[in-house]
Amino acid sequence: METRPDVIAADDLQIGFVTRAGELAAIVDGVSLSLRHGVSLGLAGESGCGKSTLLLALMGHAKAGLAVTHGACRFEGRSLFEMPEAELDALRGKRIAMVPQNAGQALTPTLRIGAQIDEVLRFHTDLGPAERHERVRDLIDRVQLPSPAELARRYPHELSGGQQQRIAVAMALAVDPVLLLLDEPTTGLDVTTQLRILELLRELADQSGTAMVCVSHDIGVIARLCDEVAVMYAGRIVETGSADEVLVRPKHPYARGLLASIPRLKTGAVPEPIPGRPPTMGRMPQGCRFALRCDHVRDRCRAEMPPLWPMAGGAVACHFAEELPPWQRPHDLAATVLAAADRQPVLRVEDIAITYARPGLFDRFGLGGTAPSRAVDGVSFTLEHGEVLGLVGESGSGKSTILRGIAGLWPLAQGTIRLADGSDLSLSVDERPRDVLRRVQLVFQNPDASLNPRRTIREILARPLAIYHGLSGEAAGVRMAELLADVRLGEDYLDRLPSQLSGGEKQRVAIARAFAADPEIILCDEVTSALDVSVQASILNLLADLCASRGVACIMVSHDLAVVRAVARRIAVLYRGRLCEIGPAAEVTLAPRHPYTCALVGAVLEPEPGLPVETGPVLIEERGGGPGGCSFRGRCPRALPRCAEAVPDILPVDPGHAVRCHRVETVA
Amino acid sequence: MTAPAAPLARRRRLLPAWFRDVLSRPSGAIGLAIIVVHLTIALLAPAIVPYDFAAQDSKAMFAEPSAQHWLGGDHLGRDVLTRTLMGGREAILVSTMATGVAVLWGGLFGIFLAFAGRFVDEASMRMVDALLAIPWILFVMLFVAGLGTGMGVLIPILGISYGLSIVRVVRAAALDVVTRDFILAARARGERRSVVIIHEMLPNVLDTLAVQAAMTWSWMLLGFSSLSFLGFGATPPTPDWGLMIADARSAMMVSPWPVLAPMIALSSLIIGINLLSDGLAKALGVDRMKKSAV
Repeated sequence: METRPDVIAADDLQIGFVTRAGELAAIVDGVSLSLRHGVSLGLAGESGCGKSTLLLALMGHAKAGLAVTHGACRFEGRSLFEMPEAELDALRGKRIAMVPQNAGQALTPTLRIGAQIDEVLRFHTDLGPAERHERVRDLIDRVQLPSPAELARRYPHELSGGQQQRIAVAMALAVDPVLLLLDEPTTGLDVTTQLRILELLRELADQSGTAMVCVSHDIGVIARLCDEVAVMYAGRIVETGSADEVLVRPKHPYARGLLASIPRLKTGAVPEPIPGRPPTMGRMPQGCRFALRCDHVRDRCRAEMPPLWPMAGGAVACHFAEELPPWQRPHDLAATVLAAADRQPVLRVEDIAITYARPGLFDRFGLGGTAPSRAVDGVSFTLEHGEVLGLVGESGSGKSTILRGIAGLWPLAQGTIRLADGSDLSLSVDERPRDVLRRVQLVFQNPDASLNPRRTIREILARPLAIYHGLSGEAAGVRMAELLADVRLGEDYLDRLPSQLSGGEKQRVAIARAFAADPEIILCDEVTSALDVSVQASILNLLADLCASRGVACIMVSHDLAVVRAVARRIAVLYRGRLCEIGPAAEVTLAPRHPYTCALVGAVLEPEPGLPVETGPVLIEERGGGPGGCSFRGRCPRALPRCAEAVPDILPVDPGHAVRCHRVETVA
Repeated sequence: MTAPAAPLARRRRLLPAWFRDVLSRPSGAIGLAIIVVHLTIALLAPAIVPYDFAAQDSKAMFAEPSAQHWLGGDHLGRDVLTRTLMGGREAILVSTMATGVAVLWGGLFGIFLAFAGRFVDEASMRMVDALLAIPWILFVMLFVAGLGTGMGVLIPILGISYGLSIVRVVRAAALDVVTRDFILAARARGERRSVVIIHEMLPNVLDTLAVQAAMTWSWMLLGFSSLSFLGFGATPPTPDWGLMIADARSAMMVSPWPVLAPMIALSSLIIGINLLSDGLAKALGVDRMKKSAV
């Protein structure tokens, strides 16, 4: 048996604050967990369920305004919250280390990378300057960054997001901690970068036997990284056990709902939302906290809080876990059948280029020699009546820029965009006739930013109705109620301000505003990336329903291939401003042809452990490249000499499926 | 957040929520009380003062406080209490109206610059910087020397010079709003620029503008009193705090009350305004770091 004490253990831990009414609101409520050496635990759940608070408590920290009101947290048997501050300081960074969510903000912008890693060593070890210098290089090398000596002299802003995150990992590992805490370690990174960081963490933890606790909203990350999983809901753990058990055969209705709401690429399932939203802190229901949203709720659930009791492979906090029907993974999507003939194109994008021209002083006088860089280059596609077209790519691939170009917010450097009747969309918004403006509507990524915080929902919806349809007064009121009903919101929302709505509700209002114009085309820019997975599913379903029932075509931009796969009929993949593959959604995701699409598909993490992930091409660091030739050749595992000489054309490989690659055989 | 009926009920209350928030804070409530007392005195002073402000009584020259003259008499034997009670009228009137001028032009110009192109914005801001580098009092004295000291001159001059800092602050706040997606959404919808400014922009900089207005008011009061002290503001025999301090300054060691009384009156009003602007800033959340998605 294990003789060493657990690395970290929480015992009936309760962390909360006192509300204005004088009541205790617990953010973390009665959580017990223990972690053995070398084991990794994933904390999953919607935002606001107490994951981050619990994670910080594991290093003896409570956020400002919060206090431990009950229970204890023990690191190797010693209670963290009773320890003197000096002892805690010595522990943190040395025995317990943390990788923050956004390394770019966690690194000091004015210090060189090397100096920042050195600081950790200076504080926690007795090494001399020369040894520390050596160690810094070792660490940078260990996180697989090129030329350590040179990199140590750089400043944080000279590194990419993925490189910064790796430096954060290097700093956390500087003194071989026994416990590594990860707070959304890969959120905000591209899928391919994410996979590389996770591989690295996994490998380093295996080598040194470090225990890890990882908080992530992305179950795919947890499935890839963790041995054990704890699902949290409203401050409590509702299910815990091995990843193989919890993620494959979840027992608690909430865990099941969470897993069903995730879009899956390889199994291609339609995500199902969890109705309702978590209870507000300080206003918890008396019995089971999930009772309000549970399909299987019974009287006992509303009266009595279920304890966490052991079940096969873990523990579940549900009175009726054993009586629930066996869990079935969301079923497969039928391969989308294309009926190409009856589809009328509503939008034609022909050979467009968009530049980020920022003319400097020299350019104005004709002295600048460099051509402006092209964010989008030679992109052509058509959008058909009533279809959803997914536009996928890493950050910087130009996908949002294309949307802005279609919306008239960025000028085109070349090419044309036309609606079906020939209306010219190459014009900027200021030059477009009102009717053309009406027919193309945008939905933005973050509803917090796209809804005016000082205007009520009524005022927000009134503008498009007044501008495009001349509606006001009662007629507008009737239409607004209809629009809200279409996005499944009640009429009572009309007089609220955006701040009184949840994130998902705000995005519904933004969608209602777009549909208020009665558009032909909806442009969606990462509309779900700011939302929880359970909410994301409902927004995706809503959009797909609305577009289908009204015959509105939609371009959905996303970095997440699985999200696009769930709703799109066709998918276009972008790399550095060029289309590299376009075709039916099922073909592109299940049988990708372009090496970059293959890498993207391979890097998608499914919320289930043990599924194969193709790491090969993804792990290739950018090398070579340069102007001329195929832009992907620097990362391509199958590059030919020809790829450096000529840009490949985008050519059809199957009906409705085209690829831009020298190595792909075309039908012609 | 979850109570659906609450927002509707809240909107129908007598006082708007932000105002009740100001009153619920000690700084806001005390500041507002001080200001209200001062305004009431200024309004009612002609009716309640015991003497004529210009009446000279040789027996009361440098008099100590007594039952007849509660705060004593000044170097001409005028009643200090009467003159102190009356002394804020012109200062308050001028500073309030000049603040209005400053907020109006500063606010509008600040918002305009946020929408204007890079060149206009840069050029205007460098000009504002240059003007701010000149001590305002020189600036004002220059005009007063040329145009005289009437209210018709002082109000616009003070308003324009104090509006410069409002331009800076409002422009900064507006630049923060301009980049947000709802402005872009309004543009994409084809809204006219005036609608974008009034409907989308203005409500979002009003907080900043309100706090800035309160602060400007207190600076303006001090500024006008300084001008009076130097002889460029109120003209004798008008009772005015700045003027009173200047007149009685030389005899301060012998007879402190003619200096102390207007000083206390002026400082208390400035403290009151500063407390209110502090309460306002806290209630409106202007002093805190703006939460925004990076």
